[in-house]
Amino acid sequence: MPSPDPTPAPEPLADRPDSTVVRHGPLVLKTHAPDSDPLALTTRIAVAAHPLLTGILLPPLPTPAAATPAHPGRPLSAWPYGTPVDPDDPDAAPWGETAILLARLHRTPPEALPAPLPPMRGPAKAARALARMHATAPHPAAPDAHRTVRHAWHGLPAWARDEPDPARPLTTLCHGDLHLGQLVRHPAPDGPWHLIDVDDLGLGDPAWDLARPAAWYAAGLLHPDIWQCFLAAYRHAGGPAVRPEGDPWPELDIAARALTVQTAALALAKSTTEGRPLDEVEQLMIDSCARIASLPPELDAAPPP
Amino acid sequence: MHCPKCHAPMHTYNRNGVQIEQCSNCRGIFLDYGELESLTRLEAQWNQQAPPPAGPPPQAYPAAPAPAWGAPQHGGHGAHYGGHHGHHRQKGFGRMLFSS
Repeated sequence: MPSPDPTPAPEPLADRPDSTVVRHGPLVLKTHAPDSDPLALTTRIAVAAHPLLTGILLPPLPTPAAATPAHPGRPLSAWPYGTPVDPDDPDAAPWGETAILLARLHRTPPEALPAPLPPMRGPAKAARALARMHATAPHPAAPDAHRTVRHAWHGLPAWARDEPDPARPLTTLCHGDLHLGQLVRHPAPDGPWHLIDVDDLGLGDPAWDLARPAAWYAAGLLHPDIWQCFLAAYRHAGGPAVRPEGDPWPELDIAARALTVQTAALALAKSTTEGRPLDEVEQLMIDSCARIASLPPELDAAPPP
Repeated sequence: MHCPKCHAPMHTYNRNGVQIEQCSNCRGIFLDYGELESLTRLEAQWNQQAPPPAGPPPQAYPAAPAPAWGAPQHGGHGAHYGGHHGHHRQKGFGRMLFSS
């Protein structure tokens, strides 16, 4: 009978071109993207360690001196292991808790945090998704989809396309890449939910953090009841991204369009590279892009703030 | 003409034969006498083209506000969240929920 192994074998949790995450028992080591800005990353990790973010962001651990990075020369960070959302049971996802965590994050006064806080990288990731789509051949089954996605992208204002706009001061602490893979229970297995992955965290428009669920709802993917619950929990917790009551879309519209375009662009790039058809959900995001691209231009612009 | 709310100039647009004035600043919309009725008539024509609903009548307005580019099922029968495509869709959506 095998004896229990006190040091379990390293278990890869994620291995993407931009980062590698490996679990060693209670410890998780993350190798960050080779093009990470080292100062910005250090500040982002210091924010996660700051007492104002206790109970919101998973706090980092000191990086063990003996840690051997998967990619020498790239920045490495260490985190406690937390239990993720069960990917096979998205219906059990903690939508309400996620909304409350975002509201608390967005209400954190940036001037009390480590400086200089970099910009939130949401728009940069959207621009990168478009570049990745452009670098990929059109999907054989959807030859016009590239043009549809590009058209929807060019209807966005400059700031949402990662072009700096001095008229929009960056005032709010944002996560920058919110999805259900960005939540863990800590301490595992049943502690409270925390947000993880600070690589895109920074100052920006907090609507960006609500925009993925908003885009899924607008595409007809996320059930209206779940969307309503998420939005109500965010408002109840004093989240500043949307007006406290009434139609939230004046604030959400631009960011939700940007996330729709980003998701569609990545779906086209990935499915073409993998030589597979678009799945039904990916097609729905491209359908959303087509509706965005067909909006009459004179009704297209958001009112000035 | 100028916007009654913020006094910025308004521009005239034509939508299906209906003249609409829109403010260049706050994007508010002004309708002349009879234009709202014209829009209501167009809406009624549009609804007559749709097949008669089966079972309980659909909600006339969506429970939650949606953007102008939202999927057409908002406020409709809601079959897109389940139905015979439900399982298929849930799998793809499950993947999308967890990816950047």
